[in-house]
Amino acid sequence: MTPGEPLVRWDWIASHAADIGQRIGEHLELTVIAVMVGFLIAFVLSLLALRVPRLYGPITWTTGILYTIPSLALFALLIPYTGLSLLSAEIGLVSYTLLILIRNIVAGVRGVPVEVRDAARGMGYTERQILWRVELPLALAVIFAGIRVATITTIGLVTVTALIGQGGMGYFILLGIQLFFSTALIVGALGSVLLAVLADGTLVLVQRALTPWTRAG
Amino acid sequence: MTALGDLFRWLTDPTNWQGSHGIPVRVFEHIELSGISVLIALVIALPIALYLGHTGRGGFIAINVANVGRALPSLALLAFGLVIAIALGLGLGFWPTVFALVPLAIPPIVTNAYVAIREVDRDVVEAARGMGLSETGILRSIEVPLGLPIILSGIRTAAVNVVATATLGALVAGGALGRFIVDGLALQEYDQLMGGALLVALLAIATEVSFAALERATVPPGMVAIR
Repeated sequence: MTPGEPLVRWDWIASHAADIGQRIGEHLELTVIAVMVGFLIAFVLSLLALRVPRLYGPITWTTGILYTIPSLALFALLIPYTGLSLLSAEIGLVSYTLLILIRNIVAGVRGVPVEVRDAARGMGYTERQILWRVELPLALAVIFAGIRVATITTIGLVTVTALIGQGGMGYFILLGIQLFFSTALIVGALGSVLLAVLADGTLVLVQRALTPWTRAG
Repeated sequence: MTALGDLFRWLTDPTNWQGSHGIPVRVFEHIELSGISVLIALVIALPIALYLGHTGRGGFIAINVANVGRALPSLALLAFGLVIAIALGLGLGFWPTVFALVPLAIPPIVTNAYVAIREVDRDVVEAARGMGLSETGILRSIEVPLGLPIILSGIRTAAVNVVATATLGALVAGGALGRFIVDGLALQEYDQLMGGALLVALLAIATEVSFAALERATVPPGMVAIR
């Protein structure tokens, strides 16, 4: 950085508080939309894979390729079609959540003990009731583990969308790189990490509230 | 689909395949940058993970380091890499990117190598010890060969991540394939942008596929029968 320039200029942070707050909101918005849309798509694909096991291979293979494509490359490939827009960012972000979520949903449901399933069937549950009242609730812990990983990964990836005009805290990182301005770099980088830590903590609390039985053991 | 047509023209234009800014040079730079970063990460991560795995110590740290690693945004790592490289007087481009890529590659290598060693059947290790193998002998000729597929799968995750993220190096004046994407974005030259994106995506998938093949090839013959 420029000699004589302090690593963090607190006055800059103070005078940009409103801007920082707005970018935090943008970061969370991008993340929440991506994880929610990603979960809906992953959930449908998972139910499909659970009903037709033959489809599990092709589904994980396809989402695996999406997961392997570098984020910047995927955003770049979308630009000619969807522009420097929220839509481009979200298409990219959603595609990265799919593999993580599908793997966990399918593994969670498949991990339910056969005896439990048989007991439910013996009590007269239909297949649909077994799925919604027995398998999915019991799989909730594993599914939540997937949601946590997907959320943390997405919060990190959101910073990259700064390059296509979105980005939340990534905006400050990019600003810092372009201006050689360490304060903005640190605000952006630490802000993003902090958001990830807070989001993960919140999800752990939500999971505990939703699965009280996991604490008894 | 004019964008696809432009992309095809860019990829087949011979001038894009020549000179110091041509596609082959950028691909080579990308592989060089990624390779060096993964190698440095291996030198740091493997000894630690193998020691922890062999002694069974520090399991909590070894397993959780991967989760911490996931929370670090690559763009933030690049920012810190830039600060460190400038503080050390190493300039822009190559080294800031390496400093960003190494911490990205370490967590999956540590976690997988630790798990790989711990997963080795303790009875086999005891038998080896009973036959008089030294501790390093056990690690070298029992634990590492038996755990190799899992160790390699960690290196694969790291390598694919590194190849993908090396793209960002162009933001700090680095070369490699990210150059096409960042320049394409800045100049609004979508053919260049998409060409670079396609090449990086292919390189990442190629990395994934070759490591997967390597993993399959390194399963010890004795374990193939069991699977």
